[in-house]
Amino acid sequence: MSNSKNIKEEINQYIKIFIALGVLTVITVAIAYIEVGKMWIAVLLAMIVATMKGTLVAGFFMHLFHEKKIIYLFLGITLVLLCALFFITFGSVYNQVGEIEQGVIKSTSSYIH
Amino acid sequence: MEVPYTVKPRLDTGLYNSKLGIWLFLASEVMLFGALFSSYILLRAAAPSWYAGPDVLNVPIGTLNTLILIISSVTILLSWTSIRLNDLKKYKLYMGATIFLGALFLFIKVYFEYLPKIDHGHIPSENNFYATYYTITGLHAIHIIGGLIVNLYFLGPGLKMYNKEPERFCNRIETAGLYWHFVDIVWIFLFPTIYLLPGS
Repeated sequence: MSNSKNIKEEINQYIKIFIALGVLTVITVAIAYIEVGKMWIAVLLAMIVATMKGTLVAGFFMHLFHEKKIIYLFLGITLVLLCALFFITFGSVYNQVGEIEQGVIKSTSSYIH
Repeated sequence: MEVPYTVKPRLDTGLYNSKLGIWLFLASEVMLFGALFSSYILLRAAAPSWYAGPDVLNVPIGTLNTLILIISSVTILLSWTSIRLNDLKKYKLYMGATIFLGALFLFIKVYFEYLPKIDHGHIPSENNFYATYYTITGLHAIHIIGGLIVNLYFLGPGLKMYNKEPERFCNRIETAGLYWHFVDIVWIFLFPTIYLLPGS
């Protein structure tokens, strides 16, 4: 088992990360009520804060900053596949100049009020 | 037959087996939620209109649930550190708190969100907004239930292992914690995406 001094230092670190996550949660909600004008700015801001929070949880709570190489390898492969999943499917609704082909999901989008 | 490398790490991976196993499982979970998030983006991008999250969903309740999950992430870590310090009493306290917070999250989700919406006729078949809302938050809730079952086992019958193989039990708690943190991360992305983005 690890020695108790190191574990107590770990606990102090967890508490600091917890406080940071609490502050970032408040920021996440505050950003939602600020009129940013364009949709992409709202999405970008929300995702930046969410990524910061996710990084803190993965890095410190899941100890990903100090993990073995094989885990980085698995997660790296997952990230590549995740990007492929996102961008290949985006290709099915965006045309070559980056505009949305409205008709592509017509059968489902017609449900939206 | 004894399962190998449950305490000491394998020489080739540098990890005990269940830790490698949970990370592989979490990688598959990233793809599962990734598929749902990409479907959400596609449906939303191609839709002529979409609700603003704050107009139709309860943001204060969502914020409260975010904080509850973050606190539960800390309590499960504290249960792991307590068991590493051989403090069984604190382990039970923190693991019990984690289970309570997980159950509280589900109670708030169902009682203050799902049930009032269903009462007002906002069900998945109403439109794509509610279909994606119920699908993604529902799958997340199922993951919470799965985590609660595992954590309850480690607080109850699974605790017997601590007397015979304390280090193996510690590793089990670390593994359960990794899963619980992942469920927290999913909510961290889900909350702003569904609850907070403006309409179009």
